[in-house]
Amino acid sequence: MNDFKPQILAFCCSNCASSAANVAEGMKKALPDNVKIVQVPCTGRIEILHLLKPFEEGADGVYVAGCQEDSCQYVNGIAKAAKRVAQVKKMLEELDIEPDRIRLFHLSAGKGQEYVEAACEMVEKVKALGPFLPA
Amino acid sequence: MIVAQPKPIKEILEMVKDKKKLLVVGCKGCVTVCNVGGAKEVGILAASLRIARKRSGQEIQVDEHTLERQCDPEYVDELKDIIGDYDAVISIACGVGPQFLSERYPSTRIFPGVNTQFMGGAVEHGVWSERCAGCGTCVVHYFGGLCPIARCSKSLLNGPCGGSSHGKCEISKDVECIWDTIVRKMTEQGRLTELIEFRPPKSWTTARDGGPRKMIREELVK
Repeated sequence: MNDFKPQILAFCCSNCASSAANVAEGMKKALPDNVKIVQVPCTGRIEILHLLKPFEEGADGVYVAGCQEDSCQYVNGIAKAAKRVAQVKKMLEELDIEPDRIRLFHLSAGKGQEYVEAACEMVEKVKALGPFLPA
Repeated sequence: MIVAQPKPIKEILEMVKDKKKLLVVGCKGCVTVCNVGGAKEVGILAASLRIARKRSGQEIQVDEHTLERQCDPEYVDELKDIIGDYDAVISIACGVGPQFLSERYPSTRIFPGVNTQFMGGAVEHGVWSERCAGCGTCVVHYFGGLCPIARCSKSLLNGPCGGSSHGKCEISKDVECIWDTIVRKMTEQGRLTELIEFRPPKSWTTARDGGPRKMIREELVK
């Protein structure tokens, strides 16, 4: 089990999370290579189907890295994303799939350290859950 | 619009457990507007089915198609060249859709993917409320533009009943007593006395009590 390297997809807000990524880069901190990033202009644009598709394609975990609740440039994008992540958690539960395979993180532009920690935390969590699809 | 909600995914999975090639068919009418059966929801249901079957090690092909409407034969016909390729079809239109598909394609198994709820409207984003019971003889103008048949728990035409309390219905604090609202509105409009005018009992023969209904408009029939 411990050789298992989960494939994680991260939807990152191009305003806060991506700036945090730049800060992390400046700190010489890199994301694990099994975390793939999809940048979005605002996490509010991420639909439920966007969150399900990676699982269909074999991802082991998905997370959304967006703004703090009160600092979305588009007012309430992160609130919308939070509701959709919650809905997908419910859908996964209904399918007898661990809801922890999807998660939302609140970041901000300066939080380079937290940006990397979120990715590592997700990798560890999903690693403990095991592969999404049967071998 | 006709308002519906998705069937539990486990119920749908049970319906199609022995099927290997499915078509999920949406409708661009009412169920698109109430976010339950349009192209987006077709994609979500299809993805959920594929994920569930992949997880259980039983691969499945699930294709997606959304019709302009499932309650008009000319649009239902659109499936004629492809429907034979599938073991079954899941319709996520209101209850009319799967029946029109079943009638047009009698040799194909058709499953409903949603539970049809009521005729109503969106009172706010994501919240729908019943407004019409389809009784066949509209009387809302007698009641301040509000329908006691659809909106009173007892469908009373001479309410409110003793279960009305502080504007709420006795069945739940979340349910408005529509008779309370009707009386207040008629009072505000200076029309309260209209509520005590004698009217003969409503005929329910135009509602479901008269059996399944059909409407023919001669000027439109070809």
